[in-house]
Amino acid sequence: MNKCTERLYNGIIKENPTFVLMLGMCPTLAVTTSVINGVGMGLSTTAVLVMSNLLISLLRNIIPDRARVPAFIVIVASFVTITEFLVEGYLPSLYDSLGIYIPLIVVNCIILGRAESYASKNPVFPSIFDGIGMGLGFTVGLCCIGAVRELLGSGQLLGKQIMPASYEPITIFVLAPGAFFVLAVLVAIMNKVRARAEKKGRPLPPAQGCLGGDCSSCMNKACGGHLFSGQEKEGK
Amino acid sequence: MKELILIAIGSALVNNVVLSRFLGLCPFLGVSKKVETAAGMGGAVIFVITISSFVTSLIYKFILTPAHLTYLQTIVFILVIAALVQFVEMFLKKKMVSLYNALGVYLPLITTNCAVLGVALTNVQKSYGILEGVVNGFATAVGFTISIVILAGIREKIEYNDISPAFKGSPIVLITAGLMAIAFCGFAGLI
Repeated sequence: MNKCTERLYNGIIKENPTFVLMLGMCPTLAVTTSVINGVGMGLSTTAVLVMSNLLISLLRNIIPDRARVPAFIVIVASFVTITEFLVEGYLPSLYDSLGIYIPLIVVNCIILGRAESYASKNPVFPSIFDGIGMGLGFTVGLCCIGAVRELLGSGQLLGKQIMPASYEPITIFVLAPGAFFVLAVLVAIMNKVRARAEKKGRPLPPAQGCLGGDCSSCMNKACGGHLFSGQEKEGK
Repeated sequence: MKELILIAIGSALVNNVVLSRFLGLCPFLGVSKKVETAAGMGGAVIFVITISSFVTSLIYKFILTPAHLTYLQTIVFILVIAALVQFVEMFLKKKMVSLYNALGVYLPLITTNCAVLGVALTNVQKSYGILEGVVNGFATAVGFTISIVILAGIREKIEYNDISPAFKGSPIVLITAGLMAIAFCGFAGLI
């Protein structure tokens, strides 16, 4: 397997950002009320991720190490702004249902996390494929959660009635509390899978995001807690 | 005045920032093991969001709008917030040592907290003025503090319960948060 397909496999299956690494939980909970919203959010994130990985990888030898996180943020924010206007222009209905969560892609820890841990250290092509892989992995994750919530919460999939007419939709699954319940069950299932994989001697990569424990053990160096404190320590 | 009170109740209770808008989940799940630390985090969030919503409203109204640069809002806001948190931390360290001792450790955690950017963007989206923006920011942060302190209180009790191994750790916390979100749905009729 060459480097690029390895990256795709890694992003979609082995280190899936939603199921395995547990990154980017804010959009995961907020926009998965239906499959179509999940896919829209996932693909917007993918677009930003690919472009920012490309540019950061190109500039990796130019950006000084101490100024890298602010530089990454400016790059990511620029692409997010472009994506926001493209979605607003071409997919106005999606723009209305995602609302404020499109500009908030800037603070999605997947993007800064990949910039920090992959794109800033690797050549351009693997970085692009890393972005595509991670982005599609995130899209798949959002799509699955969206499908569960839409099916239970309104008995539909992609707007088509799936459940029999006698099925009484459990409306709470498309409301805010349902998001927490679905994610709780998902994390519980992953805990079980993790324990089984460990018993077999092939442990999964650890969860990196907010669900991995408290912020001090967070692996995502670009997240709030680590953002400027690292530079401050170097400065002292 | 009546409008300001409505904005405050709306963002603190009805559209609670964590439980119905899912912003700021990281500190909500990460720093809610003890009531004391949760309250400290809440205090720091109130402090930062109030200041940042004031500053971003000012910048939006007096710099971005006259210069026709409103499309740069996301970039400008995130940089301003990051710089502001850094500046607030340095200021507190030098001038207000007691406040720094209480809140200092939590400040860096908030830099890229999506709640801070979320409030700044909501202020623009709903075209709030400066005063309304500050009230909205303060109330949002108060809502965050209320929910994180309640969650920490529940988590202190849960710690000694017998939970099935798969649900230990974050799953049970998420279920708790879900139940709290149901309770907060009850505020929907308030406005």
